[in-house]
Amino acid sequence: MTPLARARGVAVLLCAGTIAQANTPAAADSLKAGVLSPVMAAPELELHGSDGQALNLARFRGKVVLLAFGFSSCGEVCPITLATLAGARKKLGAVATNVQVVYVTVDPERDDAARMKKFLSSFDPSFVGGVGSRAEIDAAQKSYGISSTKQVYADGNYTIGHSSSIYMIDRAGGLRAVMPYGHTADDFVHDLKILLRL
Amino acid sequence: MISGNRWWIAVPLVPVLAVLGWAGFAPLHVTSHDELFEIPKGTYARRMAGDKVEILPSRIRLTLGLNDVLLLRNLDEVPQVFGPTIMMPGQNFRLPFEKASSYQFACTAHASGQMTILVEPEPVMPWSRIHWRVREWWENRTR
Repeated sequence: MTPLARARGVAVLLCAGTIAQANTPAAADSLKAGVLSPVMAAPELELHGSDGQALNLARFRGKVVLLAFGFSSCGEVCPITLATLAGARKKLGAVATNVQVVYVTVDPERDDAARMKKFLSSFDPSFVGGVGSRAEIDAAQKSYGISSTKQVYADGNYTIGHSSSIYMIDRAGGLRAVMPYGHTADDFVHDLKILLRL
Repeated sequence: MISGNRWWIAVPLVPVLAVLGWAGFAPLHVTSHDELFEIPKGTYARRMAGDKVEILPSRIRLTLGLNDVLLLRNLDEVPQVFGPTIMMPGQNFRLPFEKASSYQFACTAHASGQMTILVEPEPVMPWSRIHWRVREWWENRTR
């Protein structure tokens, strides 16, 4: 065997080892997010996308999906979450094309496709919003254990307190991990790099 | 100062100081970073029957660098919501913590629906190590 062929063999073995390592449960355990095991299929969504298409997770198979719930009039939690996710995609560079952010409204009375598109585009035009009827949104919230509580002001306006975690769905559609609110873009980059290898 | 004929008074202090020295300066060891809590089978049914018994503690204390990973196991027959996620029957949720703080989570396994995770900083100073060891010993004894 020539030295070049031997070097190629070693390189192939090293690559195979790295991929095998990434596929082990230990790799998933090193996530900064909370890890669910065994991995189960993420509950499917049957909503309407802010991009005009039907919104279901099957559309994004092959990509890592970051799924969160919120609403366009949110003044506290949602802008921070969305800015963090946009920052993470930016830091990922070219591989960010394999990461899809899906943001489902908890306020179907005010959020329609156009409004969600405008809201999400201010953070990252690739983000897709999920809208639908109250019944469709309730079904989506229930399947992910999302709670939301409306707080009405004296002037009739209202805000909504809601679960603020980000679900991380792997390329095969498995609900792999959940990132609680408050993590940095770097934490997402760390986990996304692992999930993109799984 | 101990006078010449009372030196024996200091003798009992030697082992006490040795133990305190060990407890304060020896490295802390844990067998696992995971702090496991299980939601037992039948929890939902008991809740529906009006049983308000607490399955999990309403306050869980973790320590960075030692037991800083919360491991929840849903052995119930229905999904349970714990804070940031929904756990299907038979599923585990392993949540690591990297910042000392108090975290409030919703939890359907609790009668109150709330759970507090108190994450404390890693005990570095001798006194904090002694405190941690004593508390661990006490909690293991009463568990």
